[in-house]
Amino acid sequence: MSKQIKVALIGNPNTGKTSVFNQLTGLKQKVGNYPGITVEKKEGICKLPRGVKAHILDLPGTYSLNTTSLDESVVVELLLNKNDKDYPDVAVVISDVENLKRNLLLFTQIKDLRIPVILVINMADRMSRTGISLDISLLEEKLDTKIALVSTRKGTGIERIKELITDYKNLSISPNIDSTVIAPEYFDKLKATFPNEDLYKLWLVITQDVNFMPIKRNPISIPSSFDTKSKSELKRLQQKETILRYQFINGILKQAYKVDLNVAKGLRATLDKVLTHKIFGYAIFFIILLTIFQAIYDWSSYPMDFIDELFASASEWVKDSLPPGVFTNLIAEGILAGIGGIVIFIPQIAFLFLFIALLEESGYMSRVVFLMDKLMRPFGLSGKSVVPLISGTACAIPAIMATRTIENWKERLITILVTPFTTCSARLPVYLIIIALVIPEGRVFGLSYQALTLMLLYLLGFGAAILSAMILNKIMNIKSKTFFVMEMPNYKLPLIKNVVYTVWEKTKSFVLGAGKIILAISIILWFLGSNGFSDDFTNAETIVKNRIENQGYTDFHKSNIENSLQSYSIALKDSIDKKVYTIGQASIIDSLRTKETSLQKKAENEEIASYKLENSYMGYMGKAIEPIVRPLGYDWKIGIAVLTSFAAREVFVGTLATIYSVGSDEEETIKNRMAAEVDPKTRKPLFNMASGISLLLFYAFAMQCMSTLAIVKRETNTWKWPAAQLVFMSLFAYIVALIAYQILK
Amino acid sequence: MTTTVAHLKRGQKGIIKEFADGILPIKLLEMGCLPGNEIELVQVAPLKDPIYINVNGTHIAIRRAMASLIELDIIEDSPL
Repeated sequence: MSKQIKVALIGNPNTGKTSVFNQLTGLKQKVGNYPGITVEKKEGICKLPRGVKAHILDLPGTYSLNTTSLDESVVVELLLNKNDKDYPDVAVVISDVENLKRNLLLFTQIKDLRIPVILVINMADRMSRTGISLDISLLEEKLDTKIALVSTRKGTGIERIKELITDYKNLSISPNIDSTVIAPEYFDKLKATFPNEDLYKLWLVITQDVNFMPIKRNPISIPSSFDTKSKSELKRLQQKETILRYQFINGILKQAYKVDLNVAKGLRATLDKVLTHKIFGYAIFFIILLTIFQAIYDWSSYPMDFIDELFASASEWVKDSLPPGVFTNLIAEGILAGIGGIVIFIPQIAFLFLFIALLEESGYMSRVVFLMDKLMRPFGLSGKSVVPLISGTACAIPAIMATRTIENWKERLITILVTPFTTCSARLPVYLIIIALVIPEGRVFGLSYQALTLMLLYLLGFGAAILSAMILNKIMNIKSKTFFVMEMPNYKLPLIKNVVYTVWEKTKSFVLGAGKIILAISIILWFLGSNGFSDDFTNAETIVKNRIENQGYTDFHKSNIENSLQSYSIALKDSIDKKVYTIGQASIIDSLRTKETSLQKKAENEEIASYKLENSYMGYMGKAIEPIVRPLGYDWKIGIAVLTSFAAREVFVGTLATIYSVGSDEEETIKNRMAAEVDPKTRKPLFNMASGISLLLFYAFAMQCMSTLAIVKRETNTWKWPAAQLVFMSLFAYIVALIAYQILK
Repeated sequence: MTTTVAHLKRGQKGIIKEFADGILPIKLLEMGCLPGNEIELVQVAPLKDPIYINVNGTHIAIRRAMASLIELDIIEDSPL
């Protein structure tokens, strides 16, 4: 077995590093996390000439080895630790031809670590358009390296990278710059204290400046006798180092890099002028938002309906074709329903990530952040919080993942904490059914009350997010660097391949990550709902059958059977009158009787299911929590629905459907059933204005989504924040709903 | 009064002067914001903040508060 060459891809953000990675590895890549932190780790295998293979590691984008973020510190951590299993045999620095000067800063730092390094100059296809000319052989000589001129857009130069990696042993490892000149005495002392260590490496270890989250590090213990410099002195030296590096780079580029400024501007300037214009800028942003909403609500409903039906019929099929029993029920009602609950979100999530990927790849996202930063700041948020807050209207999970671009930890944390307030798509079914029940149909100024209520709820969610951000900003005492430096990359036509990879990766990680939790919860719910310990539960069938025999059906089912039968007989009579078919009186009675039997059988099944649920573990839980939900105007059944929807909000409608034994998810029937429900104490409809508004407000504010909690745990790396979210949001929801019900009652 | 990047008008350029140690984040220096380099104000956000600059060929957005820490000499408009 031949040894794999270990390669690390390093580069500034926006240099096309990911494109190079995709082209080197193809689909043979693996995305995971660095242990303990949520920085993404991308690896892949690349086939090289002469049967050699390389293991490629795509490191997070960084501007230098002076770390200011968690992502960047991962790079430094690796390059400083020769014992790390991923420590590269060769580093490949990706640079962008238009920003070569800045990109070379990172290159010289890595070169000085005595790691063999190849320089890739990407976006070569833009050279003629931007008036750039390069002297490659001069650059290779001065930088003491090998260069591959690449265009990932056209797919050229990739073979050259592969050849250079194969021959990495021929690369020079002598440093570019002698950094010790910035403080000769200091470095002399360092050398005397640590005679065996590389000086530049020592320097990086000393100046490491990461205080985002604890990362396990192997520090070089500095003896107390050694006179360390103060933080500000170190910072001054870092500045000196940066200036020194730029002097070196400028000297080289003056000879090897020519740019014709007259060609360079143009499109970028025009686009910037329009996209950040004080009117057009916001208008265009607004139109793009509308398109995204349209896609998420409207376009994705087709695949979602399809998925819904697919799982419903799969569940039917399992019930029909497997022998009846606990196992079959578990598959059909627990597991399949659970998986369906995850898969149904794929279209929305995929659409959302598609748009976000397009906006990011094209360079537009930076302009949005630029437009919105000032507006968001009073609330302790950053311009970069806009993206998650918008995504949150689809689903809080990808939205929280999208906060990773915020480099300020406090701003990022506040964004993560308030994002679940925005009205996500899972609240929609709950809102729609309750609004239809309790809000009257009239109109004001041509707008229906119902539509206005829905809009109000969206605004309420957004308002709650902004308001709590403001409060959090006041009370949270987190020291975090508050600088805002954002590169405004040049506009690019998105590479389809990259967009597809992103959508695929993000969707996959959603389905597998959040999916496990949703699946587990739905199995638990199924178990609690379909098992009970009392005799009432085990003998439910006999008890209900006896009751029907002695007392007849419940009022609801009685009237339901009568109505159905009546409309059936009218339809039948109509058909006979129109001579669709001719049958005798006997057959008519026969047909009506058959219909009645089938209706009765259905009603009986539904009543048994309802009785079973009432006496299942879940039913007992519902009765137990009734005293808590009573002041909000809910009975035990709504209580159960609220409880189960802590797993996911949309479970509410499904749970009520089971409880009210409608047996079908069709909205109209549940709605009618809910409208007919009477409060046994007040003798008034259970769903009235007071309890309806109370429910709407509860759903607007409560943290009812296990998957979101799980993602927050993953992103903040502690249970503290999701727990705080759960307690605060749910308590707030409870209080608001309580006040609303007690006032409106 | 000293002139800083925050005083630039759109399209105006300046040369960065020496600045006090440690007031600017190292990240900004890495982006090329170093004494002697040319800086151009490309765009100002609609609410006057942040600002969008081109320094040393790198396009970045920074907040006004930070911009007012970068001292410079404005290059007077000269007819081409």
